[in-house]
Amino acid sequence: MLASQSGQKIKPVLFIVLLLPLVMLAYRFYSDGFGANPIETINRYTGDWALRILLSTLAFSPLIRITRWNNIIQYRRMFGLFAFFYVCVHLTSYIVLDQFFDFGEIIDDVFKRPFITAGFSAFILLIPLAVTSTNKMVERLQFRWIQLHRIVYFVAMLAVLHFWWMVKIDTREPMIYATILAILLGYRLFFYIRRKI
Amino acid sequence: MLLRARKSTNLKESDITDQGIYKDRRKFLQKSASITTVSMAPSFLWPTIGSADISFKNIIKSDFSTNEDLTAIDAVTGYNNFYELGLDKGDPKRNAHHLKVKPWNILVSGECEETGEYALEDFISPAKLEERIYRLRCVEAWSMVVPWVGVELGSILKRFKPTSNAKYVEFKTILDPENLPGQKRQVLEWPYREGLRIDEAMHPLTIFAVGLYGKELPNQNGAPLRLVVPWKYGFKSIKSIVSINFLEEQPSTSWNIAGPKEYGFYSNVNPDVDHPRWSQKRERRIGEFLKQETLPFNGYGDEVAGLYAGMDLKKNF
Repeated sequence: MLASQSGQKIKPVLFIVLLLPLVMLAYRFYSDGFGANPIETINRYTGDWALRILLSTLAFSPLIRITRWNNIIQYRRMFGLFAFFYVCVHLTSYIVLDQFFDFGEIIDDVFKRPFITAGFSAFILLIPLAVTSTNKMVERLQFRWIQLHRIVYFVAMLAVLHFWWMVKIDTREPMIYATILAILLGYRLFFYIRRKI
Repeated sequence: MLLRARKSTNLKESDITDQGIYKDRRKFLQKSASITTVSMAPSFLWPTIGSADISFKNIIKSDFSTNEDLTAIDAVTGYNNFYELGLDKGDPKRNAHHLKVKPWNILVSGECEETGEYALEDFISPAKLEERIYRLRCVEAWSMVVPWVGVELGSILKRFKPTSNAKYVEFKTILDPENLPGQKRQVLEWPYREGLRIDEAMHPLTIFAVGLYGKELPNQNGAPLRLVVPWKYGFKSIKSIVSINFLEEQPSTSWNIAGPKEYGFYSNVNPDVDHPRWSQKRERRIGEFLKQETLPFNGYGDEVAGLYAGMDLKKNF
C-alpha cells in the first residue's frame, strides 16, 4: 500500500480512534459496572463494534469512487484488522465469560444454533484475510489477493445474519445494518453488471 | 439433590389438596358456587378500606419460599423486560414515570358469576399478604430470585365464582399508547395478553404480586398488580393487569402471536426443550458469574409436574 506523507501522520490518530470503543468500554466499567448482566453487555458491545468497523471497510471503495479521494485506501487495512480485532475480543468474551471454557457447550452451540454457526463461520473466514493483510502477502498473491479478499462480502453477510438471528424480537438494529450492507454490496453489483453488459 | 433449596418437604399434609377433591375439582367449584349464592349477601361488595393504599405491614412468611440468595434489588428493579416502557433492559426503570398506577381498576368478565369492575384495594383486601421468594427464569436464559409480596391467585379467583365452563383464565395489561412509549409501535400485540389453564391459575404457587422486597411494586416491575407463575418462563408472569377473563377456550397470548414456533402457551421451564434459536439447558443467575443448570419447571417440579402428567411437553411447549 502506498503511504502518502499525510498518511504517516493520520495513521496513528486513526489507530487511537479505532481503539476508542474499547476505551469507552473500560470507562463504562469503572463508572457504572455494566449493570445487571455485564457479560451480556460486553458481548453485545464488542459485537456491535466489530460489525460497524467491518461495514466501514466495505464503504471505502464506493466512497473513493464517488469522492475521488484515492488516498484514503491506505487506511482500509487498519479498519479491516481492527474489525478482526474486535471480532476476536467478542469471541473471547463468548468463550471465556459467557461459556467459561465449556468447549462441549461451545461446540454444541456452533453446530446447533444457526446464529452461532453464522458468527463462527464469519470468524473462521476472517482469519485468512487477516493473515494475508501484509504488504508481503499482497506482493506474493498478486491478482489472487483481490479474489481472496472478496470473501469479506460473505463475512459481512454472515455477520448481519448472526445479529439478526440472535435478537429476540426487535429486529430494527439488524435491519439497519442489513440495509447498509445491501447498499454497499448493491453498489458493487451495479458496476459489475454494467461492466458485463 | 443438593441443588434443591426449596422446602417442598415443609408442606404439611393439610396443605395438600385432598385427592378426592382434586379429582372432582370441577364439581367442587360448582358446589362451592351454589353454596355461596344461597347466602343472599351481595358477596361482590367486599369491605372497602375506603380508597386507602394496601398495607405492607405484617407480611406472612411462606413455606413456598426458597432459601436461595436474593437477587440484589438494583438488578430486580433495574434489569427488566417490560416492552410497554421500552425495549432495552434499562428502559422500564428510566420510563417508569409514564405508567400511572392510581387509580387502578380491574375488569373481571367471562365464565363467572361475579363479573364487574373492581378497584385494586377492594380486589386485594381482605387477603393477607404473603412473602413468596421465588425463582424467576426468563426465556432469554437469565434468572433471578425475587422476594415477591402477594396473595395466592386461587384465593382471589374463587371470589368471582368461576363456572364449570371456565377452563382458562386470560389476563390483559393496561393499554395506554398515549403515555406508554413502547406501545406506540406494534412490537407485540397490545394490550399484552397472557393466559393460564384454570388448574395452573388455581395452583397454590401461582400468585398475584403487589409488592417486592417488602414494599409496593415499582412501576418497572409491573405495578400495581402482576402475576407470578414461577415454573414458567417470565413472560407468562404478566404485569400491570387490568383485565381477568374466564374462558372456555385457550386464549391467544402476545408472545405466541409474535413467535408461534418460539413461545408456546404453556412455556414451562424445561431444559430438555430448547428455544428454536438458543439452548435452554443453562441459565445465568443475575449476580453470579458462572452459568448454572436449568431445572425442569424451574425447580418447582415436585409441586407442579402433576398438572402435566401424560402431556407431551415438547409438543405443548
